[in-house]
Amino acid sequence: MDKKLFIEPLFKNNPVTVLVLGVCSALAVTVKLEPALVMALSVTVVMGFSGVIISLIRNTIPNRIRIIVQLVVIAMLVILVDQLLKAFAYDVSKQLSVFVGLIITNCIIMGRIEAFALGNKPMASLIDGIANGLGYGIVLVVVAFFRELFGSGTLLGYHVIPAQWYIKNGGFYENNGLFILPPMALILVGLFIWVQRSFNKELIEK
Amino acid sequence: MQELINIFVKSIFIDNMVFAYFLGMCSYLAVSKNVKTAVGLGLAVIFVLGVTLPANFLLNKYVLSSGALVWLNPDYASIDLSFLSFIIFIAVIASMVQLVEMIVEKFAPALYSSLGIFLPLIAVNCAILGGSLFMQERGYETLAEATTFGLGSGLGWFLAIVALAAIREKLSYSNVPAPLRGLGITFIVVGLMGIAFMSFMGIKL
Repeated sequence: MDKKLFIEPLFKNNPVTVLVLGVCSALAVTVKLEPALVMALSVTVVMGFSGVIISLIRNTIPNRIRIIVQLVVIAMLVILVDQLLKAFAYDVSKQLSVFVGLIITNCIIMGRIEAFALGNKPMASLIDGIANGLGYGIVLVVVAFFRELFGSGTLLGYHVIPAQWYIKNGGFYENNGLFILPPMALILVGLFIWVQRSFNKELIEK
Repeated sequence: MQELINIFVKSIFIDNMVFAYFLGMCSYLAVSKNVKTAVGLGLAVIFVLGVTLPANFLLNKYVLSSGALVWLNPDYASIDLSFLSFIIFIAVIASMVQLVEMIVEKFAPALYSSLGIFLPLIAVNCAILGGSLFMQERGYETLAEATTFGLGSGLGWFLAIVALAAIREKLSYSNVPAPLRGLGITFIVVGLMGIAFMSFMGIKL
């Protein structure tokens, strides 16, 4: 049972492409692979811990004010992550700009807490949180991989495309500037969904 | 005055919340199936942004930013509470949304029932918190600037969601490849709309 809990959010029940949660940040931080990895890690950490904390206090939260309680718990964890990033990875934290703060309103976290942690034991919530964080991470990394490779010709900052291929060095290749621009992230996620649904027929709508 | 018009136009078209920063995507994709609900949600977002931004601006200026507490006591000049801004901003937003919800329920019950779950979810709409964080990061100086920025980005979001809803209403009659139906084609449509909106980018005001 635990295994299913961990595997399903990775692909079949992916939070971004199937449940449509957390799309905002998934698109904005994917110009380069490095910020995407950091973002995926931060979200996974926040999701795991907030799942555990909410699940521990789930029986004492009054139903009417639960949204505020959840937001406070999440905001506290995000402040911790933000301060840690500023201290140990300042460059990446500058690149992510407001999107670290926006983890608070990332609907994946609220969505999973509402749908899962409020009704399950801490251990299961931890697994659910981490698995959903990783599912989110997979989409981020795939999109960022293509955007960085085709947009800047690098991966994690290392040049992958040989320098002599470029037109300015007498070759035939030029980076595709469209991949750097924001709209391309949306189109890539659309294509990701297309590929995923062609393999998983039961996900097709209508 | 010219400065304010500049910020207003810029936040609607050039720095559009949806197309330039992908903020508020979750409800943007989920509530854009028909124009009527999209208009309702868009108006609610304009209102909440227009109210929370000035409130958060004042909090940021007089409580949170470094040395902001001087007006209480000159000794407090070294205090920097900006690490608390996330939690304060989200608290202000959550309470404002609660307020809007009560007002809408009282004066427009039909709209209230058609918006359903999405009204409380404005609290976790990233466009709202994003607005406050951008206001802090870009350092708008006066209350008028912050309010204009809030209303402008709300209006930008409103235009974007109404446009997408109109396209999706037409799209339901077309023959889309099965795996792309629904979510997939919506993403691609939004991407194409984003490219169209980028034509505003070169404009210098």
